[in-house]
Amino acid sequence: MAEYEVVHSKSPVFYPVYERKADLQHQTHYCPGCGHGVVHKLIAETIADLDLQDRTIFVSPVGCSVFAYYYFDVGNVQAAHGRASAVATALKRACPESIVIAYQGDGDLAAIGTAEIVHAANRGEPITVFFINNAIYGMTGGQMAPTTLVGQTTTTTPWGRRPENEGFPLRVCELLATLEAPVYIERVALSDNKNIMKARKAIRKALELQRDGAGFSLVEILSPCPTIWKMTPTEARDWVAEHMIRNFPLGVFRDRKVKMPESSRPPRRTVAEVLGLADAPAEAETPATRSADAREWKIKIAGFGGQGVLLLGQILAEMGMREGKEVSWLPSYGPEMRSGSAHCHVCLSSKRIGSPLIEHPNVLVAMNEISLRKFAPSVVPGGMILYNRRTVPADVEIPNVRVFAIPASELADQLGAAKVGNIVMLGALLELTGALSSATAETVLQGTVKNSDLLALDLQALHAGRDYVRQLPLEAR
Amino acid sequence: MRQLCKGNVAVIQGALLAGCQAYYGYPITPASEIAEAAAFYLPQVGGVFLQAESEVAAINMVYGAASAGQRVMTASSGPGISLMQEGLSYLAGAELPCVVVDVVRGGPGLGNIAPEQSDYFALVKGGGHGNYRNLVLAPASVQEMADLTMLAFELADRYRNPAVLLTDGFIGQMMEPLELRARITPPPEKPWAVRGTAATRKNLITSIHLEPDALEAHIRKLEAKYREAQQREPRHELYLAEDAEVLLVGYGIVSRVLRSAAEQAREQGLRVGLFRPITLWPFPAQALREAARDVRAVLVVEMSTGQMVEDVRLALREQVPVHFYSRVGGNVPLVEEVNAKMFELVETAVH
Amino acid sequence: MAIEPRGRVQIDPNECKGCGLCIDACPPRCLVFEAELSPYGVHPARYVGSGCTGCGICFYVCPEPGAITVYRVSPPPKVISATEAGRAATL
Ligand SMILES: Cc1ncc(C[n+]2csc(CCOP(=O)(O)OP(=O)(O)O)c2C)c(N)n1
Ligand code: SF4
Ligand code: SF4
Ligand code: SF4
Repeated sequence: MAEYEVVHSKSPVFYPVYERKADLQHQTHYCPGCGHGVVHKLIAETIADLDLQDRTIFVSPVGCSVFAYYYFDVGNVQAAHGRASAVATALKRACPESIVIAYQGDGDLAAIGTAEIVHAANRGEPITVFFINNAIYGMTGGQMAPTTLVGQTTTTTPWGRRPENEGFPLRVCELLATLEAPVYIERVALSDNKNIMKARKAIRKALELQRDGAGFSLVEILSPCPTIWKMTPTEARDWVAEHMIRNFPLGVFRDRKVKMPESSRPPRRTVAEVLGLADAPAEAETPATRSADAREWKIKIAGFGGQGVLLLGQILAEMGMREGKEVSWLPSYGPEMRSGSAHCHVCLSSKRIGSPLIEHPNVLVAMNEISLRKFAPSVVPGGMILYNRRTVPADVEIPNVRVFAIPASELADQLGAAKVGNIVMLGALLELTGALSSATAETVLQGTVKNSDLLALDLQALHAGRDYVRQLPLEAR
Repeated sequence: MRQLCKGNVAVIQGALLAGCQAYYGYPITPASEIAEAAAFYLPQVGGVFLQAESEVAAINMVYGAASAGQRVMTASSGPGISLMQEGLSYLAGAELPCVVVDVVRGGPGLGNIAPEQSDYFALVKGGGHGNYRNLVLAPASVQEMADLTMLAFELADRYRNPAVLLTDGFIGQMMEPLELRARITPPPEKPWAVRGTAATRKNLITSIHLEPDALEAHIRKLEAKYREAQQREPRHELYLAEDAEVLLVGYGIVSRVLRSAAEQAREQGLRVGLFRPITLWPFPAQALREAARDVRAVLVVEMSTGQMVEDVRLALREQVPVHFYSRVGGNVPLVEEVNAKMFELVETAVH
Repeated sequence: MAIEPRGRVQIDPNECKGCGLCIDACPPRCLVFEAELSPYGVHPARYVGSGCTGCGICFYVCPEPGAITVYRVSPPPKVISATEAGRAATL
C-alpha cells in the first residue's frame, strides 16, 4: 500500500483551538463561503513559509474580520474602525524588526479610513495592507460600501447605487498607484482556482517585500460575501468573476524599488545633552547680581509687530530670573500678532507670582501711539509710561502717572538699525526704574545674540537709551 | 538649572525626562509649539515624531505605539480633542497608557484661539463613549507643565490608562523659569505589549468583548482601577486657607488669578483662601470638604459657563453655599472682578 | 491490484460549513455533500474515496483553516547511483 504524506493542512500560524472565541471553537465565525477565511489561510501559509510567525503583528479592523485575532497565533492588535493603517504605522515605527500587517475591509479602508490609508501609503510606511473588497458592509448588515458597484442594491441603496447620488465605485489600487512611495500594489480576486493561486503569490510577494525592508505594499482582494449578496457560495464566487473584476481590473499597479532621496538627518544626542543638563554652566546656577530691589514690577509692553515688543519682554523676564526674582512673561498670541499689534506682560517679583495677566501695570512701554492711548488709562497711580516718541500728545494726561517720551526708534535709526529700538527702550527703562541692573542686560544680550555685529549694535542701543534718560532734565525724570 | 521656558515647550522637556519615545500629532493653535518642540527634540534622542494627517490618525498612532509598549503622547486643542475622543475611549478600553495634552481654547465650534476652560466636561467627564475615565491633571505654571507631564506618564503606566494634561492657551504660551528635575523612574516592564517578538506573540490588544458577561467583567476591572486612583491620586494645593472665611476654588490659569485675588482681598480685610485642584480626575473632593469646613462661602471661578463647579457642588453638597463666577470667550477673570464678587457675597451673607 | 490514487483528502465534519466550494472546484469531482446533516445542521463535504489527485485545489478554495487536509503519495525513495551522488557533491 502506498505511503501518503500531508501536503496541505491547517497552518501552524492558526491556533489549533480558537480559545478566544466563546463557542464553536473549531470553526471560524465567518459565513460559509466567505472570502475572509480564504485570505486568512493564504496569509497564514505565507507567514509560516517565510518563518515570520514570531515577528508578525496583525492589526485587525472593524468589520467582519474584527475577530481575526481569534485565529492568528501572532501578536494581535485590534484597531478602531478605519484606523488600522495609522495603528500599524506606529507599531512598525516602534518595532522596526516586526512584520506589521494591516487587514482592512472596504468600508474600513476606503470610506472611514481613506485618509489614513492614503497617508500611510504616501509616507511609504514599510507595512503590508491586505484590503478585502467585497463591495458591501458585511458586519453591519449590507449597507453600501465605497466599492459597491453601480446599480448594486444594498440596504442603503434600495434602488441600486446611483452615481448621481453616491458617486462611482472607488478604485483604491489605481488611486494609490499615483503616489510616489508605494513599492507594490496589486489587485487579485477569489473568483476561481487560478485567481486564488495568483492571490497566494501576491500575498507572499507583499510579505517578502516587507521582510526585505522594501516599503509600503498593498494587495486588494476581490472577495465574495455570499450572505449579504444573498447568493450561494458558488454563485458569489462567480459574481466576483463576472461583475467585480469587470469594475475592478486585476493586475499589478505598482512593482518597483523606491529609493528615498537623501535628506539631512537630525544629530543623535542624549536627553541630558539636548536639554542642556549635561554641561549646565555653574554661573547660571547663582544669580549674577542678586537684585536688592523688593518692589513688584508689572510691566506691559505694547506696540506693533516687528518692533521687538515680545522680545523686549522676554529679555526683561530672563534678566529678572538671572537676578533671582520670580518672573513671568505672557504674550498676546495668534491672529492678533498677524494683524499687527502685539503686547506682552512681564511680572518681576520677590515672591511667587499670582496672575501673570497684568490688569494694571506700573510700567507701560508704549512703542506706538495706538498702544499709548489704549493702555495708558490702565496704569496704576504712581506708575510710569515710556512712550516711543520725542513728545507725548498733549491730550494724553494720566493723573499721578509720569510719562516719559523716549524716542527709541529715532535713536535706533541714528545707530543705523531701526530694529534695536526695543533695546534702546530697555536701556531707558532700566535707568528709570532701577528694577534690574544693566550689567545683567549685557549678559543676557551676550547669551542670546550670537552675531557679534548685532551684539555690538544692541549694546550701543542699550547705552543710548540709558544716556538719553540721563541727559533728561531732572524734573522730567 | 533654571531656564526661561514657554509652557508648551516645557511639556516636551518634561516628556523627554519621562522617557517619552514617540509623539504623533497635528498642528493647532495654541498647542502647536508642543508639536514643534517634539519635532525638534525627539528625533535627536532616537524617538519618533510624526505629523499625522489628522487628530484622528494621530490618536490612533498613539494607540499603535502604546500597544508596542512605548511611552507616547500627543497634544491638541478643542477641535482636535473632539476628534480624538473615539481614540481615547479605545485606549482606555484596551488599557493602553498614553499622555494627551489639551491646551484649551475658546469654543464651541471654531470658537477662537484665546484661553478657556471649557473642555473640562469633555475630558474629565468622558467625551468619548463608554464606561471609562481619563486621569486629568491641571498645571498652573510652566514648571508644572513639565512636572505634571512627567507625573502623567507615570500615572498612565501605573493605571494602564490615558492621562490628560488639561491646560489652556495662557499657560501654554507664557514663559516662566523652569527647573528641570532629574530623571524619573524609568517606564515599567510591559509584558502585555505586542512587539513582534516570540515573547509577546500570545499578546492581544483589544477593546472588544462581545459577550455581555465578559464586557461586564472588563468594565468592573476598569472600575476597580478607577476606584484605586480615587483613593490614591487626588492632588490639590491650598493657599491662605487655614483661617479663610471665603474659599476660592479654581484650577490652571484661573488659580493664578485667584491667588492674586486672595492676597488683595486680605489687604482689604477679607480673609480669603484658595483651593486649587491639581488633579481634576480624580477630583480632590475629600480635601475640598476639609478645606471648606469653616468657611462662610465658596466661590468657584472658571473660564467656562460652569463645568468644574458641578464637582465642587457634588463634593460640598449642603455644607456651605457654593457661588460661581465666570468669564468665557477668551476673557480671563480679572482680580478686581473676583474681588467685587467676593465682597458682594460677604455682604449679602451678612444680611 | 487496483491502482492507489495519487492523493487523498480528509474533511473534518466539525469544521466544514458545507459551503460546497471544494465540491465545485475539485477537478476530478471526487467530493460530494454528505447526505447526513452535521451537528451544525449542514451537509458537510465528503471524499468519495477515490479519484483524488492530491492537487490541493479544494484546500485553497475552502474558507475554513482546518476543514480539509490533503495527502499525496510519498515519492518512492530515490536510488542514487554512485555517479549521481558524485555529481551532486560537486554541485
Ligand atoms: C466609528 C464607527 N462607525 C461605524 C461603525 C460600524 N461599522 C462596523 S463595521 C462597519 C463596516 C464594515 O464594512 P467593511 O469594512 O467593508 O468590512 P466587512 O464587514 O465587509 O468585512 C461599520 C460601518 C463602527 N464600528 N465605528
Ligand atoms: S457577512 Fe459577508 S463578509 Fe461577513 S462573514 Fe459573512 S460572508 Fe463574510
Ligand atoms: S486535492 Fe484536488 S483532487 Fe483531491 S479532492 Fe482536493 S481538489 Fe479534488
Ligand atoms: S470548502 Fe470547506 S467548508 Fe466548504 S464544503 Fe468544502 S470543506 Fe466544507
